[in-house]
Amino acid sequence: MAVDKFPVEASHIMMFARSVGDDNQIYYDEAYAGNTELGHVIAPPTFVQASAQFDPDYFLRPKIGSDWFGSGKEPSGLKPKADAGDGEKKSDGGGGLHAEQHYEYHRHPKPGDVLTATSLAGKTWEKEGKRSGKLVFTESIIEYRDQHGELVVTAKGVGVKTERPVDQ
Amino acid sequence: MSLNASDLKEGTTHSARLVEDLKRTQIVQYAGSSGDYNPIHTDELFATQAAGYPGVFAHGMLTMGMTGKMLTDYVGDGRLTKFGVRFTNQVWPGDDLDSTATFENMEDVDGETLANFEVTTINQDGAVVLKGYAQARVD
Repeated sequence: MAVDKFPVEASHIMMFARSVGDDNQIYYDEAYAGNTELGHVIAPPTFVQASAQFDPDYFLRPKIGSDWFGSGKEPSGLKPKADAGDGEKKSDGGGGLHAEQHYEYHRHPKPGDVLTATSLAGKTWEKEGKRSGKLVFTESIIEYRDQHGELVVTAKGVGVKTERPVDQ
Repeated sequence: MSLNASDLKEGTTHSARLVEDLKRTQIVQYAGSSGDYNPIHTDELFATQAAGYPGVFAHGMLTMGMTGKMLTDYVGDGRLTKFGVRFTNQVWPGDDLDSTATFENMEDVDGETLANFEVTTINQDGAVVLKGYAQARVD
């Protein structure tokens, strides 16, 4: 993922904090925040994940004029990739899941910041899973820098592709 | 609010309930704020019939986000220096989640005192859904 311009906005921080069930005033109340050691509103610890909003190619957001794989008339808006030949629709299997996420905070983003996200390739490895078949892990490292080029947050994510849905 | 190094001993814990009876609407709310609209999290028909899951399930990052509230309520605003997790089990609508930070040790880096914690979030059956660590600046 690469994002050229991730404007950190007060209303987005407020909505993000609400969505994770966090009503801490430090995330929306300027007057309150002004009297803390920080002196201003900050974003919650996992907020940079929302940089996806500003990635024009982010694949988990429906795009105007493009097919979307969520349900409409059918369970999936995309035609099944493969037909088993017996008319049975083949499941998409497990697809991709989020396995790990790590953040290092050099400082906490605040409204008015304009961040860029640069992705550095990480490792790839495989493992045999008991509950979902072969697992392929892919790591990506994202550096979030501010308008002055200073590093704000370093994020490392690990995604996993499973061979089949995880057994419950 | 922040933590004092003198209040922390190995094994000191802080726990908080993150959510009771997680609602599908909260998962929708998180999809909207984060921008992750993967239908596996919000679209029951897709999740069950196209992807083969028993139903929709929460974004791992929603669990991490809720766990982050437990941490920042404990260590203070803007005090986290590191936070990392592994997602070990899926979180489903209806789940109750509880999270605990356990103090491990202190380190001094560039004149700052940093406290290291182990972080665990479990569901109503005691299954670990998230396991990780956090580091915070303390006074």
